[in-house]
Amino acid sequence: MGLDFNVVPEFLDLILIGAMWTIAITLVAGAISLGGGVLFAVIALYGHWLVRYPIKFFAWLFMGTPLLLQLFLIYFGLVQVGIDLPAFVAGVIGLGLHFAVYNSDIIQAGILAVDKGQTEGGRTLGLSQFQTIYKIIVPQALRNTLPPIGNNIIALLKDSALVSVIGVTELIHASQLAISETFRPFEFYITAAVCYYAINLALEAILRKIENNAQIAR
Amino acid sequence: MSPTQPFINIRHAKKNYGDLEVLKDISLQVEKGQIVAIIGPSGSGKSTLLRAINDLDSLTEGEVWLEGMQVNKKLPTRQYEKHINKLRQEIGMVFQHFNLFPHLTVRENITLAPKMLKGLSNANANKLAQEQLERVGLGDRIDYYPSQLSGGQKQRVAIARALAMKPKVMLFDEATSSLDPELVEEVNLVMKQLAKENMTMIIVTHEMAFAQSVCDKVLFMDQGVVVEEGLPEIIFKTPQHERTKSFLANHLNGRF
Repeated sequence: MGLDFNVVPEFLDLILIGAMWTIAITLVAGAISLGGGVLFAVIALYGHWLVRYPIKFFAWLFMGTPLLLQLFLIYFGLVQVGIDLPAFVAGVIGLGLHFAVYNSDIIQAGILAVDKGQTEGGRTLGLSQFQTIYKIIVPQALRNTLPPIGNNIIALLKDSALVSVIGVTELIHASQLAISETFRPFEFYITAAVCYYAINLALEAILRKIENNAQIAR
Repeated sequence: MSPTQPFINIRHAKKNYGDLEVLKDISLQVEKGQIVAIIGPSGSGKSTLLRAINDLDSLTEGEVWLEGMQVNKKLPTRQYEKHINKLRQEIGMVFQHFNLFPHLTVRENITLAPKMLKGLSNANANKLAQEQLERVGLGDRIDYYPSQLSGGQKQRVAIARALAMKPKVMLFDEATSSLDPELVEEVNLVMKQLAKENMTMIIVTHEMAFAQSVCDKVLFMDQGVVVEEGLPEIIFKTPQHERTKSFLANHLNGRF
């Protein structure tokens, strides 16, 4: 029994919906990972110890367990204590926070790499520490760490596949649905792979554009 | 503020880093409109003294007063932050390495603080930026990024940025030390212009000719003490102390 891609068009709607969900998860979780990464990094470096240590502990917890387990805990576990999140919400929170912890490490290094003179420049104008961090330090730290953060976003795109296990019909789950009706795993998994490549290319193009725009301003 | 009180008054300033005494009981008075140069070898404490004026480096002991207000007042952290942020708006500072914000345009560098701290509207902030840039001769560079400017231009933008806060005093921390020789003059010209406008200035510098021609008073520091202070023509022409003489002699021979 050879490959027969003629089975695919019939399920194209399903696959495209799956691709849309994959993109939606990547965008929302990516935004959470970036915002959370900045927040955790700033707290870890500048925060009062009362918030700094809990955040560090939280980061350690997230680094030490598989993403899959974290998704299970957020989706199936939290229900037991009365927090019933929709699968998509649970998925983007889990994925977003997981990558926020990794982004935080990168952004911390980026913040520490910003010249001390930048802080002095801001503070001597009369800006508060918070204003200096928010307007001067973090924007530069983000510019300097765009390439590794971009890599994390691409890793996040691929790990969005894990959200299929809590029932979000993203690309993998959509493919599995198609396969269960057609018994054609190879065709549909290859189709899914092609979709991932396409999304990846688009993402890389966007990231490259952002990096190029940031080049002049450093 | 009583009429007898100096504009800037540094009283018995001491600064230690562990066992190292960087400033050993220094006092300095600066009058409004006065231009003071601080000279001396590297490690003499001149930058530390300058940076104590806006509390960028905190003194271990001693007081800094600006117009009858104590800069390094003992206050609880939160109150102190408010106090010092307010005071720093009135103390302009220019650094050796410019410290322009590379991710912002020249315009944004200049308007950032006036907008955030004084609530200036976009239109007023833009006007202010244009004015200050013209003052330093860079009116046509408003939409450039710092990376597109030469060192001398960067420093002039840094001066414009400080001036945009309408400071009462300007501190210059070796403002021309990292510039190529041919770019020093354009920055010096701007500083001379400020001197003509009666801006109060304290200048840490290695440029003796500039200090001599512009300043009202010169401090020679070495190893954390003021060895000698007085009128520039006296310090440069007839220094009293051996240490001053040898420093100036070495300087003229280009050893520093």
